Amino acid sequence: MVDQAANSPLLKVDDLRTTFTIPAGDVKAVRGVSFSLDRGRTLGIVGESGSGKTVLARSVMRLNLGTNVTTTGTAVFEGTDVLTRSPAEMRQLWGTEMAMVFQDPMTSLNPLVRVQRQVTEHLCRHLNLNRSEARQAAVDLLREVRIPDPETRLRSFPHELSGGMRQRVCIAVALACAPSLLFADEPTTALDVTVQHQILNLLSREQADREMAMVLVTHDLGVVAGRTDDTMVMYAGTVVEHAPTASLFADMRHPYSEALMRSIPRTSLPSHTRLAAITGRPPDLIDPPTGCDFSPRCPYVQDQCVNEEPPLVETDDPTHRLACWTPVGSPEARVAFEKNLAAGLQQAVAVDLSAAPSSTGGVDG
Amino acid sequence: MGSFIATRLVRLVATLLAVSFLTFLLVNLLPGDAINALIPIEAQQDQEYVAQVRAEWGLDDPMLVRYGKWLGDAVRGDLGDSIVTSRAVSSEIAHRIPVTGELMIVTVIFSVLLAVPLGVMSAYREGSRLDQFISGGAQFALSVPGFVAGLLFIYVFAMKLGWFPATGWTRISNSISGNLMTVTLPALSLSVIEVAVYTRVVRSDLVTTLKEDYILSARSKGLKDGFILFRHALRPSSLTLITVVGLNIGLLLGGTVVVEFLFALPGLGKRLLDAIFQRDFMMVQGITVFVAMVYVVVNTLVDLVYLVVDPRIRKAD
Ligand SMILES: Nc1ncnc2c1ncn2[C@@H]1O[C@H](COP(=O)(O)OP(=O)(O)O)[C@@H](O)[C@H]1O
Ligand code: SF4
Ligand SMILES: [Mg+2]
Repeated sequence: MVDQAANSPLLKVDDLRTTFTIPAGDVKAVRGVSFSLDRGRTLGIVGESGSGKTVLARSVMRLNLGTNVTTTGTAVFEGTDVLTRSPAEMRQLWGTEMAMVFQDPMTSLNPLVRVQRQVTEHLCRHLNLNRSEARQAAVDLLREVRIPDPETRLRSFPHELSGGMRQRVCIAVALACAPSLLFADEPTTALDVTVQHQILNLLSREQADREMAMVLVTHDLGVVAGRTDDTMVMYAGTVVEHAPTASLFADMRHPYSEALMRSIPRTSLPSHTRLAAITGRPPDLIDPPTGCDFSPRCPYVQDQCVNEEPPLVETDDPTHRLACWTPVGSPEARVAFEKNLAAGLQQAVAVDLSAAPSSTGGVDG
Repeated sequence: MGSFIATRLVRLVATLLAVSFLTFLLVNLLPGDAINALIPIEAQQDQEYVAQVRAEWGLDDPMLVRYGKWLGDAVRGDLGDSIVTSRAVSSEIAHRIPVTGELMIVTVIFSVLLAVPLGVMSAYREGSRLDQFISGGAQFALSVPGFVAGLLFIYVFAMKLGWFPATGWTRISNSISGNLMTVTLPALSLSVIEVAVYTRVVRSDLVTTLKEDYILSARSKGLKDGFILFRHALRPSSLTLITVVGLNIGLLLGGTVVVEFLFALPGLGKRLLDAIFQRDFMMVQGITVFVAMVYVVVNTLVDLVYLVVDPRIRKAD
């Protein structure tokens, strides 16, 4: 067990698939995702809304509720597959080993329960704290997440706090039992732009101080830039590109990653200008397209893309995985793009009007 | 908070005025003459005596004048005298309210104690056999009138099993256990519909609450399901239950009339029924207004409970 902990990754996910059965059919929300995460490391998961990020994170934590959900594959966490664990065994992991910060701090705190109880109720269960110990623990936690005047705040109800403060409380809740893995699912999406950075910095600092592994889920590539060790780009329930964050930004290969890059809101431009939203809509997850899932929206699409699904494979750099027949920057991609542009293909025209397709520089903001 | 109470007070007064006036109107429209209640038929040959009694009771005044007189006395706490027994209406009410009050309180307690676990189980296992069974049972119970349930309970528990007396009332001051014996069957009869209503309310509210993010977040903290259900989910869901209990007081009061009659309980409902048959208009008027007042006051209290339970409302006010 000790050697295992030292050598093997903290979390190893293999061919994870999650399907929701609804009257219209089977929604294949996650379709064969594999990755691993070492202790104390950070992984960013990026993709448009609906690409399966939340379902993936909740599948690994076994938090997808309902009788209509099926998850297959393996998710080995600290040596055992969580997907085969009983609810009682999961309860031992939840909070103490794996924790989650949710997207909307408005709704993820119980409006009728004071902050103190929400921060410490699970701590008390796991550690058998008495009243004053629990109070002290709560004060320490609130202080740690930089909530001013923690003694007063303990007595507050969630609605008495600002959005940023509430998310700090949620982070305190997640950190209370010192988990070894934290999922932060769009932790700043519901917050004001001004507090987003503070919350992200808080998460990064806690992650580093505690040597805790963290999965940061976001729809905004700009959020993971410079913050996570690795980044995984998801599209329609699959991983399309996975690389160390630095090499991803230096050498972005997947047309979808490139499109996400173009859609990062830039603080240097007039407020909220989106350089280019991605043309078209994500595919139907009940009946996904044949070939490459991105082909209906890809400016570089060619015949092979429509017929054959590109597998996720290592590139010349073994840490950089990619699922695309003609990566951005390759001569074939340029040829395909020119051809699509000449043919007046909508997604190629849209890209050409807004920015040159290969000009993926650094991120600002 | 101050304005909250002021609004409720205005509403209380307005409701009482409207109810008392409408009752006056309705009692007035009842077929039959109050003089029949005042003087035996044989004595009505004496026209002069009849006229004197009519004048004494103001029976010939226009209705509005009579209402005005009644109202004038009522605001001073004098609801008049029964024209049958000549006893003060208010003391008759005071004498009978412990019976009806206890019956209603015990009914609400029984109902909530039964409905909350049923609703919680149903919601927790939404869509399961158990849920379908409970929901179906509630649907059926809704269609069972109190007197049918009462007759059934009398037959089974009083006549066949002999566990409880079929009729009658033992005052709590005489014997607590005897009192409990006499209140159980009537309260259970009234509870049937209440349990059905409350179970459905708890279930549907809880089903919604259990889909909230904060329930998922409580789960992700490793809390046990039972703890999440009762400490996190039930409280937000209880707001509607409290409201429905308050609103149902009216229905329950209606139910007591029938059940008190069936079990021969000396309560307010039984007295009201007697008064209607006897054309005792003062009694009918007094009891009705009293009941309306209880109803409005209870619902005002329910609103106050809201303030206590939900901190968000406390702040907004
Ligand atoms: N409980 C559910 N039932 C049916 N479909 C679901 C359910 N949860 C998520 N989905 C679907 O799964 C897909 C992925 O959703 P999600 O993981 O929330 O996306 P993201 O977090 O990337 O925005 C979406 O198409 C969504 O509609
Ligand atoms: S180039 Fe082809 S394979 Fe690559 S993303 Fe576009 S459509 Fe898919
Ligand atoms: Mg999401």
